[in-house]
Amino acid sequence: METGTKTTVDEIIADSGKAVSVLRFTGDISSVSRDNVLSAYGKLAKDRPVLLDFSRVDYINSSGIALVIQMMMEANKSGQEICAFGLTPHFQKVFTMVGITKYAKLYPDEPSAKAAV
Amino acid sequence: MKEIKDTAVEVRLPSRLGFEKIAMGTAASVAKLMGFPDDRIEDLKTAVAEACINAIEHANRLDENLSIGVILSATDDSLEVKVVDEGEGVNKRPANPDIDRKMHGEEGTRGMGMFLIEALVDEAEWVKGSKGKNSYVRLVIRLGKDGK
Repeated sequence: METGTKTTVDEIIADSGKAVSVLRFTGDISSVSRDNVLSAYGKLAKDRPVLLDFSRVDYINSSGIALVIQMMMEANKSGQEICAFGLTPHFQKVFTMVGITKYAKLYPDEPSAKAAV
Repeated sequence: MKEIKDTAVEVRLPSRLGFEKIAMGTAASVAKLMGFPDDRIEDLKTAVAEACINAIEHANRLDENLSIGVILSATDDSLEVKVVDEGEGVNKRPANPDIDRKMHGEEGTRGMGMFLIEALVDEAEWVKGSKGKNSYVRLVIRLGKDGK
């Protein structure tokens, strides 16, 4: 029943000219996503900002939110900027409730994130 | 509303992670029939999912021989959802998540389920069952005066 998470990575150039990694998720983000998500995040270059793309995510539960916090902790340790886009209004609200927005900015879509980093 | 008020729907699920999505879908369908707006339905879906995950993971300890019951009861202006497990109930409610403590490794990254449930529904209570079984969480969402 639990569907896993597919992850892909794109390297893009932000409007500022900075190189940025985009970690794109597809499917569910829950406890079964742990190895896949953290391993994909671990392979990213730490010297550039990372954007988390949730636009193809169907379901996030509290275990999935915990994974996002874990990526934020890793980013914080290495001084890496981390942002997210593509969350539904409901999950923007949930991420705000749990305090994620204190450490990671949320943008509605990829162009707005690309313009801001 | 008349078609669904004063009716109850019950779903029984195995204690396997992922099956909470069946409860989410059922709750969303009932709430939609009652006329809840989409944003409240999303709140309910997350609250029901977290209640089921707690029941599966913490109360029934992922034992697939144990099941959880999800009972949805509709009235004129509210939808009550009970998620019944075979555990002894919640002894102590965990503190609300503190993102600063989490980011500094002073508290675990998980442990947000009960907080989310309370934040997303109009009423939430955890009731201990008798003889260490049949504990449940009861959630209520209410339609506003304007039907929203």
